[in-house]
Amino acid sequence: MNADSLPILLDGKPHAVRSGTTLEVLVAELGHAAHAVSTAINGDFVPRNQRASTTLLANDAVLLFQPIVGG
Amino acid sequence: MAQIDTWSVSEVTLSSRFLLGTAGYPSPQVLGKAITESGTSIVTVGLKRQLAAAGDNGHVAMVRASMAANGASLLPNTAGCRTAREAIQLAHMARELYGTAWIKLEVVGDEYTLQPDPFELLKAAEQLVREGFVVFPYCTDDLVTCRRLLDVGCPLLMPWGAPIGSGQGLLNPFALRTLRERLPDATLIVDAGIGAPSHAARAMELGFDAVLLNSAVAQSGDPVLMAGAFKQAIEAGRKAWRAGAMAQQDFAVASTPVIGQPFLVGD
Repeated sequence: MNADSLPILLDGKPHAVRSGTTLEVLVAELGHAAHAVSTAINGDFVPRNQRASTTLLANDAVLLFQPIVGG
Repeated sequence: MAQIDTWSVSEVTLSSRFLLGTAGYPSPQVLGKAITESGTSIVTVGLKRQLAAAGDNGHVAMVRASMAANGASLLPNTAGCRTAREAIQLAHMARELYGTAWIKLEVVGDEYTLQPDPFELLKAAEQLVREGFVVFPYCTDDLVTCRRLLDVGCPLLMPWGAPIGSGQGLLNPFALRTLRERLPDATLIVDAGIGAPSHAARAMELGFDAVLLNSAVAQSGDPVLMAGAFKQAIEAGRKAWRAGAMAQQDFAVASTPVIGQPFLVGD
């Protein structure tokens, strides 16, 4: 990991992002359409319209959610 | 003309009293046909915490297409949550992803029975109602818990018939009957534990307003056929409740009138 990268947890697994990466950029870089997922950081929901202003910090736990079937 | 027997949730008028879950079907095509055959007005869906690379093989797309075709509503759930905080966060994500304020609120307190945690459930329900959600609480058949859920603004209650996925039917008819008697104006939906159409009919005969089930259809040998069987059973049970069943007797009571008829007595 270089000096410019930050360690985060993505869906429970170690992941590295560039320093200054926003949640919006992370979602896009992972190949997800913005409307296709919902997001949380450290257990708190981050609405779609706040992703661009949410900069990831070291050791943030990021979770992505998608629609599935359910009972 | 017969009066149309509808019910409503949060000013949405519904005709079907069959809420259908979408998990565990053998294929998206079977799921779509089962939704259509059920005639359901409300279909439940969920959220997955980790993204699968292959997606969900088209099941959710089929649900959305079927709902659009049938004019029905989606009801996302908070399955898997163990605390009020978790459930509240998930409810917000569901509202964003599905575009609905309806939420089936599940907060489980026991891993073995998947019994709802009444304390966390109540806490979550109170906050979500304050935040504008229409909360469908999955709860036990405890009368006082149910009252408290209504007090904090839940528009209906969804007590269990038996543990989720067990197919055991209505394990405590006394408690369910008591709920109906003590909460005559509440909208009551039996959720979970239904295994056969006769169980659903029984719930409706007890005066429940609707039934929610999933596994009993999805895990049957022919989910499409079973969806139709449940539809008919729920309609029959509802009609029986409206008609009013006869009172039970301890002894036989002849149904054929015999007064005035000659007795044929041989010598």
